[in-house]
Amino acid sequence: MRIGIDVGGTNTDAVILDGDQVVGGCKSPTTEDVSSGIASALTTVMAQTGVPASAIQAVMIGTTHFTNAVVERRRLLQVAAIRIGLPATKGVLPMTDWPSDLADTLGRHSFMLRGGHEFDGREIAPLDEKGLVEVAREVRARGLRSASVTSVFSPVTAVMELRAAEILRNEVPGISLSLSHEIGRVGFLERENAAIMNACLADLSRKVVDSFRSALRQKGITAPFFISQNDGTLMTPEHVERYPVLTFASGPTNSMRGAARLAGIGDAMVVDIGGTTSDVGMLMQGFPRESAVAVDIGGVRTNFRMPDVLAIGLGGGSIVRDDGARIGPDSVGYEITSKALVFGGDTLTTTDIVVAAGLEDIGDRSRVAQVPASTIEAAIKEMHRKVDEAVDRMKTSADALPVILVGGGSILISRDLPSASRVIRPENAGVANAIGAAIAQVGGEVDRIYAMEGRSRDQVLGEAKAEASAAAIAAGAHPGSVQIMDIEEVPLAYLPGSATRIRVKAVGDLRMMQKEAAE
Amino acid sequence: MKLDSQNLADLAVGAAFLGTGGGGDPYIGRQMVQLCLNEGLTAELVDPDDLADDAFVIPTAMMGAPTVLVEKIPSGEEAILSLRRLEKRFGRSATHTMPIEIGGINSTIPLLVGARLGLPIVDADGMGRAFPQLEMETFGVYGISGSPMAVSNEWGDCALIEARDNGTMEWLSRGVAIRMGGAAYIAEYAMSGAEVKRTAVPRTLSLAIQVGRVLRMAKAEHRNPFDALLGFLPETLYSYGRIIYAGKVADMQRETRNGFSMGRARIDGFAPWTGAMEIEIQNENLIARIDGRVAAIVPDLICIMDSETAEPITTEGLRYGQRVTVVAVSVPALMRTPEALAVFGPSCFGLSEPYTRIEELST
Repeated sequence: MRIGIDVGGTNTDAVILDGDQVVGGCKSPTTEDVSSGIASALTTVMAQTGVPASAIQAVMIGTTHFTNAVVERRRLLQVAAIRIGLPATKGVLPMTDWPSDLADTLGRHSFMLRGGHEFDGREIAPLDEKGLVEVAREVRARGLRSASVTSVFSPVTAVMELRAAEILRNEVPGISLSLSHEIGRVGFLERENAAIMNACLADLSRKVVDSFRSALRQKGITAPFFISQNDGTLMTPEHVERYPVLTFASGPTNSMRGAARLAGIGDAMVVDIGGTTSDVGMLMQGFPRESAVAVDIGGVRTNFRMPDVLAIGLGGGSIVRDDGARIGPDSVGYEITSKALVFGGDTLTTTDIVVAAGLEDIGDRSRVAQVPASTIEAAIKEMHRKVDEAVDRMKTSADALPVILVGGGSILISRDLPSASRVIRPENAGVANAIGAAIAQVGGEVDRIYAMEGRSRDQVLGEAKAEASAAAIAAGAHPGSVQIMDIEEVPLAYLPGSATRIRVKAVGDLRMMQKEAAE
Repeated sequence: MKLDSQNLADLAVGAAFLGTGGGGDPYIGRQMVQLCLNEGLTAELVDPDDLADDAFVIPTAMMGAPTVLVEKIPSGEEAILSLRRLEKRFGRSATHTMPIEIGGINSTIPLLVGARLGLPIVDADGMGRAFPQLEMETFGVYGISGSPMAVSNEWGDCALIEARDNGTMEWLSRGVAIRMGGAAYIAEYAMSGAEVKRTAVPRTLSLAIQVGRVLRMAKAEHRNPFDALLGFLPETLYSYGRIIYAGKVADMQRETRNGFSMGRARIDGFAPWTGAMEIEIQNENLIARIDGRVAAIVPDLICIMDSETAEPITTEGLRYGQRVTVVAVSVPALMRTPEALAVFGPSCFGLSEPYTRIEELST
């Protein structure tokens, strides 16, 4: 048996799956320390199902914690964004196309230095080590504890980023470093953006992964745990500590795959309503439609492969203002259990509205008795309008499609949507994310330079694919389920023998699940 | 016409479409022009018909591999330096700049130069699309010399090339561009206003902006963007277009050879399309074959677009697994004459198939 956990901005969900069967699931508020929220969700779901800790073979955690931190501009470190590439690259400065409030939050500490490489491995300029030492001094003076380093053509040769890291570690002891070649691929601005965002999460990632560990330990679960990344595959906790940015958009992938599984249909629009935001995306044959172009996260352009989703500021904790005419985009988030009216607080939230309307029975209903009927109706209309508009925007044709509502906030939508052929509210819809996390696949990757000389391309690719598949199987994938998900070739003209860097990613289902299913 | 931010966004889409996979992602060029607008500078388009015959137009551009450009961002001063170098060579100040190529980033470099120097930009270009080589210009086809040409890099190094013909200019400058890191910034084909009117493909900047707008509006109104695009084309010099294939990218090979991005994409068809389409690429999509039979061929446009969103997909953005729709479009008459085909027809790319107009090919 395995546990899927989804740590959202508002709720922490846990499900126990036995093969394809949902044995039990529950929702629990996310806590400031993350860990006690997970522990309490685990306590509930284990008590509810009677499954002992010893029967758990694996735990999969999906979290929107890092994405939310960027979207809400909260708990982020200021970052020294160090770029190596002058005199090239100054036509577009670091964080140029960023939302200005996010750039402000990160402190706009840009440093540009001579260096970088050409496509063929020659230097644009030698690394300006003296300049870097001065930058390091400035970083110390400004009290910055995290830095990103992006050098031109570092995916081809990473020596300057590595040398810069060495210098920075010497000059600024204890500094967290995000080196762009470890995070992204060719495409300078997008890779730099990802490295900067990764850097601003350096503190949070250690804290969050630690809290995952301690929550599981506290419940006596010794099974391995994994965290899902944006392509729907699983990462080890150690990897997430260093590369939190790779979890971005794992939430939408998990909820959409979970929704497809729950509703049993492959082609639909999915609206995942959480506590703070709603994600709207499109399912095609059971998989999220991927964005073909650069994806914005928190308004920042990246080149991650991820589902094309639109996030809007509507959730179960969204704050209701102007007699119901204005909803969100801010939310009381995980503090809903103290701030919402029905929980004894003083903030009118969307959850209070559905309780006041008599649609749900949550908390203390008497506390919303005085909310005027006109406010209730206006707020309900506005919530439906927001969702309908988002669905309409994400549809790729005028044809009406079914809409699957999932997520804890799906209670907000009680009426039909003009843009939908029908509205589906599957059983366990509240925990679709956790189910998606639990059915996440494991991946194996090969990323290496191959000499093509004397061999056909098919031969070399075949070899790389076989190796990636073997890596996926070694990581726990069932051999019969392994598929090649991504192939990328970067020719390296500067090496003799037409060398090419080949990256192949293979994915498959965790072997244990297959065994369970067979049992 | 003074360009605004929305025009730049639409231009980026339209230029990617007209780029038929090549010319590089206009995003970076757009950011550099946007920076100019933010500083209060203006990028102003001038219709070629409104040019004085004695205007002195110096076109500006980037040359090299788009895969280099997305990684090695320019300093923004390279093309300005090249234009200044040609002014010095001619002993005369430019009155305008102009694109040599409407596809991809080269639609934006003259906007950057024009905005920075306060020069209006002629709404025309010399390729009517994107091509991989600098002699492939209607300018040259109809008698304009590309030389003297200036090639600059981010260090301010500048090579002045005076070649005996445009093919030699391309050959020599390509070597310089490779030495400069695979991408360099140029000024070439300096000419009079009268010569622009005689040799340029007119109103392609405004066309690219309109293509971007048509796709954007169709999506906003939930109309089929492919229908909207194909419905709009007959109003332009690119009067004929149709969908020639749709399917999934099943294989993508690429290599960098002699400073070009060479490649081959295989698309496995979705019903009703059968078989497989193979597209040969030299920076741009050159020829599309379905099971070996020609479905569209250069210089007609072969555009690979996302099947769902109708976003044009550039060569470097093509990936295994993408769902794509391939659209072929006729080019203006001045690009289909025997003289033009002798410079950028199929044989110029080593293709053995003769040029056949898209109107006359069946799919």
